[in-house]
Amino acid sequence: MHRFANPAQFNRLADVILPWAIGAMVLLFGAGLYYAFWASPPDYQQGESVRVMYIHVPAAWLAMFTYMVTAAASFTALVWRHPLALLAGKAAAPAGAVFTALALLTGMLWGKPMWGTFWVWDGRLTSVLVLFFLYLGYMALWQAIDDEEKAGRAASILALVGVVNIPIIKFSVDWWSTLHQPASVIRLDGPTIDGSMLTPLLLMAGAYQAYFVVVFLWRMKLEINRRKLSVARQAMMHAPVGAE
Amino acid sequence: MNQSNTPSHASIFTAIVRRDVSLAWSQGGGSLLALGFFLIAVSLFPFGVGPAPQVLARIAPGVIWVVALLAAVISLDRLYQADFEDGSLDDLMVSPLGTLGIVTAKVLAHWLSTTLPLALLAPALAVLVNLPDGAYGTLFISLIIGTPALSLIGSVGAALTVAVRRGGVLMLLLILPLYVPTLIFGVGAVDAVISLTDPMPHLALLGATTLVATVVGLLASAAALKLAME
Repeated sequence: MHRFANPAQFNRLADVILPWAIGAMVLLFGAGLYYAFWASPPDYQQGESVRVMYIHVPAAWLAMFTYMVTAAASFTALVWRHPLALLAGKAAAPAGAVFTALALLTGMLWGKPMWGTFWVWDGRLTSVLVLFFLYLGYMALWQAIDDEEKAGRAASILALVGVVNIPIIKFSVDWWSTLHQPASVIRLDGPTIDGSMLTPLLLMAGAYQAYFVVVFLWRMKLEINRRKLSVARQAMMHAPVGAE
Repeated sequence: MNQSNTPSHASIFTAIVRRDVSLAWSQGGGSLLALGFFLIAVSLFPFGVGPAPQVLARIAPGVIWVVALLAAVISLDRLYQADFEDGSLDDLMVSPLGTLGIVTAKVLAHWLSTTLPLALLAPALAVLVNLPDGAYGTLFISLIIGTPALSLIGSVGAALTVAVRRGGVLMLLLILPLYVPTLIFGVGAVDAVISLTDPMPHLALLGATTLVATVVGLLASAAALKLAME
């Protein structure tokens, strides 16, 4: 893993992956959206509203996945002092916050016609809202402390404390009998969702995943280059006048 | 060598707890302020939602718990910051107790001086919001079990923001989401008694929350303090 601690090497690797990730993202979004909106049947109960699911469910999956990426990066940063891990957490968190917000908003839009209300305080909704607050806290802590190294490590401690929320989100639908439906894709006895709906769902999940990789690598490169710039600027400021 | 002059770990620990408790209760300490806030904020609710007894009885457990939680939070921003600013935290951390010991002592002192008194005062304030008879005992027990978690989780936020100027609001943003489980199970226990069901599952989960908060809270606080003192 420390092979990628060299920022230049990471940048090269990112440049190799990025074109493929962008290509996969465009293809998967194209196919996924086509299936989601045209090539899949309406639900026999929900009608056309079922199509919200293809936006909502992958966003919720990625919201949790991104938090685990942030937490893993935080752990790596705190334990092994891996120089790029802090930046990895910083790069991932805003994407995770957006996924969480998207999952909450699309869930609300779907909930109004289906449940008759935008919001209920059930276990799943509440714990995802807490996830959103954790992302905000993580990002706010990065902003609040001037020393970037310290800011990143303080935020990492918070990210690790917040990991307790992830199993709560996952199992909230089983622990509390609530309005939110239980898991129907990742189950021990196989998915209970029909194949005609599983196809667009998985395509969209792949598209979101590719989108995450693209945004993550872009933001990593941005952070690395920003660091390089500030180092170069400091070197210029401290250089003796007329040294050339 | 004169070993007897070296204070034992236990005596350092109790000295820190004593010092923090007496500081919290002395002039300018946070405990009386937190209790005052608790009293005033609870008595605002009858003005806000109207004095109808049934309405107040319905929301009483939630009001008491939420306001106790906020009162705990407003006292937290001085938990480490005062010692950080005047430099005594540096001295404390080189003591033989180590950072984890110092954190444990300070959290215990915060619980004894601030959040435990909130729990003791709560039954009296519950009268103001017309808590149904028979729920007082459970409210008290739930607060006794839950208030350590408030101090422990709060300590993480206080330690993370110790070096941040005007970090109080940021601390709120970090801590309040983490208080949600404590609040849910604490209120759940009292609501269970009011609706004549068994409060034990809620109290057991509340206890579990406090135990998790003990491990995670102390370790994370110690790590955050070490980071701030570098």
